[in-house]
Amino acid sequence: MPRWNVLATIGHVFLLFLQATGKLSRFTATSLRHCVTPPFFPRAIFTQMLRIGYFSLPVVGLTAIFTGAVLALQIYVGGSRFNAEGFVGQVVVIAMVRELGPVLAALMVAGRVSSAIAAEIGTMRVTEQIDALTTLATNPFKYLIAPRLIAATLTMPLLVLIADIIGVMGGYIAATRRLGLNAGVYMESTVNVLELDDVTSGLTKAAVFGFIIALMGCYHGYHSRGGAQGVGAATTNAVVTASVLILLFNYVLTDFFFS
Amino acid sequence: MTSGSAMIAISGLTKSFGSHAVLKGVDLEISRGESLVIIGGSGTGKSVTLKCILGLLRPDGGQILIRGQDVTRLSGAKREAVMADVGMLFQGAALFDSLPVWENVAFGLIQSKSMPRKQAKARAYEVLAQVGLEEDIAQMNPAELSGGMQKRVGLARAIATTPDIIFFDEPTTGLDPIMAGMINELIVERVRELGATTLTITHDMKSARQIADKIAMIYQGKIIWCGAAGEIDSSDNPYIEQFIHGEIAGPIQLDA
Ligand SMILES: Nc1ncnc2c1ncn2[C@@H]1O[C@H](COP(=O)(O)OP(=O)(O)OP(=O)(O)O)[C@@H](O)[C@H]1O
Ligand SMILES: [Mg+2]
Repeated sequence: MPRWNVLATIGHVFLLFLQATGKLSRFTATSLRHCVTPPFFPRAIFTQMLRIGYFSLPVVGLTAIFTGAVLALQIYVGGSRFNAEGFVGQVVVIAMVRELGPVLAALMVAGRVSSAIAAEIGTMRVTEQIDALTTLATNPFKYLIAPRLIAATLTMPLLVLIADIIGVMGGYIAATRRLGLNAGVYMESTVNVLELDDVTSGLTKAAVFGFIIALMGCYHGYHSRGGAQGVGAATTNAVVTASVLILLFNYVLTDFFFS
Repeated sequence: MTSGSAMIAISGLTKSFGSHAVLKGVDLEISRGESLVIIGGSGTGKSVTLKCILGLLRPDGGQILIRGQDVTRLSGAKREAVMADVGMLFQGAALFDSLPVWENVAFGLIQSKSMPRKQAKARAYEVLAQVGLEEDIAQMNPAELSGGMQKRVGLARAIATTPDIIFFDEPTTGLDPIMAGMINELIVERVRELGATTLTITHDMKSARQIADKIAMIYQGKIIWCGAAGEIDSSDNPYIEQFIHGEIAGPIQLDA
């Protein structure tokens, strides 16, 4: 009876979903436990901060400056329909700091870093390097995963802070050069409208996104199977799931800060 | 079985991958300071047996006692404590490709024995010399080495912490005969002089004869023969006969 087959398929998919969620939750719990218990690996954390943060600066900076500039032009167009051209500075800074800085930076970093982490840990898995770690009495969660999670969670807010500043600069350049707005007035309105809450909510998002980026890279890498093909699949899955989770948690966090 | 005195005692070990039953009840016992060699055809589950003992694979059934402790039921810190005195050479070397050769060798010393880096480095150079590697490769990346050289670095890494129990998965595969002889010597020395208990997997009968106190043969998921190394030529076991002489005709089915 096809009716039952449909139900069976739905049930099967649902079970698979629950299974994956359970597996991920357990992985996350184990990882978190190892993040907060010694020994720590400061050398590894520092290396990862460089790789995740410093080397993401160019791509994040470029994204931010163009986004800020485009935002200024678009808001000018939209705003001029109800004589609100004067609010370009305010809208740019709020949109940038609260929303676009964290989300766009996180999506860019997800593409760069989740994939790199998944590929690295996945290769270590399929070449038995993770097994080798265990036989050297070193816990892979401690040595590989915790440093990446810590580094990404600490680095993303810094990266987003820089993205915010560059984004506002991009808006400023477009507004003063292209739209001919008054530089002093633009800057003043930008600074005056900004509230501490805008910055802290944006940076909190950034920290969560950083955690998601590293977690997805580690999770998919750690569970990769079967050679180069498996590592390739892990890399793709890491980027896709990280991006989706970033967008999902962006809504959840925004809703949370809203209330 | 006198599991009380054995360093490693395995009984009824089973392991399947999906519907493919690889181990169907492996029984093995290794006494303290003994060198056991496992021989057997390709794909018969030798590496899987090692990985079960090391806890890298979870066995489906059976018992694995290391120093009388059932390691299949241990987890977390307790398991790590048992593993702290175990060394392993992987069949594919499994070197950390993000670290230079010397740091691979010094890894266990730095991470689990908390030895200062400088001292660990000196010790790594010493062990590398023991496995016949020149000083100038210590700074190289594992990817820059030949397969045989990687194998020797893996061997150096396995013995650097002077563990009580060492597992060697095909230590001489890919090495020239002289180097193989040298590695065999090194393994014998570990057992005789340092009192280590070793379990070695090999296809190389010359090497097996040189390093083994006891030889076990695995076939179709079970240990079908186990005896003193000297007895292997007079075993009268048709499987052993066929294996050690490399004959095509005999009871061992190649498609197994
Ligand atoms: N992770 C795994 N997943 C699925 N099957 C596996 C896995 N590891 C090993 N096997 C299967 O188990 C069997 C035994 O593998 P194992 O690596 O132990 O062979 P081996 O005796 O070490 O052979 P060789 O001498 O060639 O190294 C093989 O048929 C292999 O396909
Ligand atoms: Mg093998």
